[in-house]
Amino acid sequence: MNLRRVYGIYIRQWYLIRDNPTRLFAIFIWIILDIILWGFITKYLDRVGGASFSFVPVFLGSILLWDFLVRVSQGVMVAFLEDFWSRNLINIFTSPIKISEYTAGLTVTSILTSATGLLVMLLLAGSIFGFSAAQFGLLLAPFLLVLFMFGIAVGIVTMAILLRFGQAAEWIAWPITMLMSPFVGVFYPVDILPHWMQVVSSALPPSYVFEGIRAVVFRQSFDASVLVWGIGLCFIYILLAYALFYFVYKKSVRNGLLARHSAESAY
Amino acid sequence: MHLNHMPEAVLEAKNLRRKYRDVVAVDDVSILVHPGEVVGLLGPNGAGKTTTINMLLGILAPTEGSIRIDGSDLAHDRTEALEHTNFSAVYAQLPGNMTVYQNLKIFGLIYDVKDLERKIWDVIGRFDLKRFAHTKHGVLSSGEQTRASLAKALINEPKLLLLDEPTASLDPSTAQIVRETIKTYARKSRCGVLWTSHNMYEVTEVCDRVVFLSRGKLLIEGDPKTLPKEHGKKDLEELFITVAREPLSLDL
Repeated sequence: MNLRRVYGIYIRQWYLIRDNPTRLFAIFIWIILDIILWGFITKYLDRVGGASFSFVPVFLGSILLWDFLVRVSQGVMVAFLEDFWSRNLINIFTSPIKISEYTAGLTVTSILTSATGLLVMLLLAGSIFGFSAAQFGLLLAPFLLVLFMFGIAVGIVTMAILLRFGQAAEWIAWPITMLMSPFVGVFYPVDILPHWMQVVSSALPPSYVFEGIRAVVFRQSFDASVLVWGIGLCFIYILLAYALFYFVYKKSVRNGLLARHSAESAY
Repeated sequence: MHLNHMPEAVLEAKNLRRKYRDVVAVDDVSILVHPGEVVGLLGPNGAGKTTTINMLLGILAPTEGSIRIDGSDLAHDRTEALEHTNFSAVYAQLPGNMTVYQNLKIFGLIYDVKDLERKIWDVIGRFDLKRFAHTKHGVLSSGEQTRASLAKALINEPKLLLLDEPTASLDPSTAQIVRETIKTYARKSRCGVLWTSHNMYEVTEVCDRVVFLSRGKLLIEGDPKTLPKEHGKKDLEELFITVAREPLSLDL
């Protein structure tokens, strides 16, 4: 892998974000809104619910980590869409860059945007609602790792969808992470779901993270070994997602779709 | 056509065929380009030029045939082959939301250009873009955008340059300078150039050899200065019109 090529893809996104305030706005606005909205909802639940525990770490912690996952996957997808939007597909795919280098560049880009978003969310949730990620202790690292890896896998799958169906598939790509939210138990325990949904849930690594958050808050204990399984699953998903994107790319070169997308985006 | 198997050919496309279901867009086309040679790829709209160029650029796989660029097989050693290639086309402008300098830096990194900073300013100077270096590509005039795209095409000092109507949006004066710049680059760097154009005056001036495509097939090839006479036409423009309208009337 040629790291200069990876850096070339990364620096393109850095230039775009640095030179255009509206892109910064797009990175922060939804997460700020989510934190404020859910922060006040949890405060309200604390007041009226009479619960023996605070809703803040459960709901706000979950929404913060869920937003992180969404940002990671969209970080990859938006950087890829940039080549559609700027009519640059033909320049990229006629260059010597390898698919692995291109994907790695988009992943590094996503690290930049998602890590910045996470930092802002933590600062906001801490300063306004007293949320502290420290309550998760050392588990915070594997929590974030699972969500990051899964977000990258989802991002690569959306790239494959876009490459296969063209820019019009943006409207499938944007909500793809949301489609998983009912299964991963962001706001409720997975055991409340019907059996078939629990089966789907067990195949989705983020569900281990959100179960973990509740376990830490309610029981002050969590069997961290399930996270090892979650990380392993994520690793498999990243490999499968990459294989899917590579397959779609190769097929697009064979059947002329890539040339067609390039032409469509150029006019 | 017969291929002259010269080992030093920078582009060796053999028996290219591209079929879309029942439609054959390119049929048994072979093209050789040698170092320092400028070859014109000519033909009417729909003749198969863009399909051929897409195959040479690796974004469209030939149904049959092979492509070697500077000795590397495009199908198996894509990165090695494309490291020595670059291209510019009116339909492949650079991203408009980045400056000329930023675009050149990004593509310089992607093409793994050594001593990149010097190379960037070298191509910026070569295409008279210094005052636009920090201007966003999208706000440049179409002629300036074409020059920036050509600067990108030379950033990696390619051994094979594919130019699809490179002077289409340029005024005659700038077009002449660009032709000279590319010709000089090709001679000095021993770069092979495949050049498409509908401007037969330009083709006669720039190209050492031309190949005519019609309905996906390679019809005739030769020296643009002597080819019209060989087919009883007064100039390349008249020959082009015959290829476009009455290809069967040519004595082949």
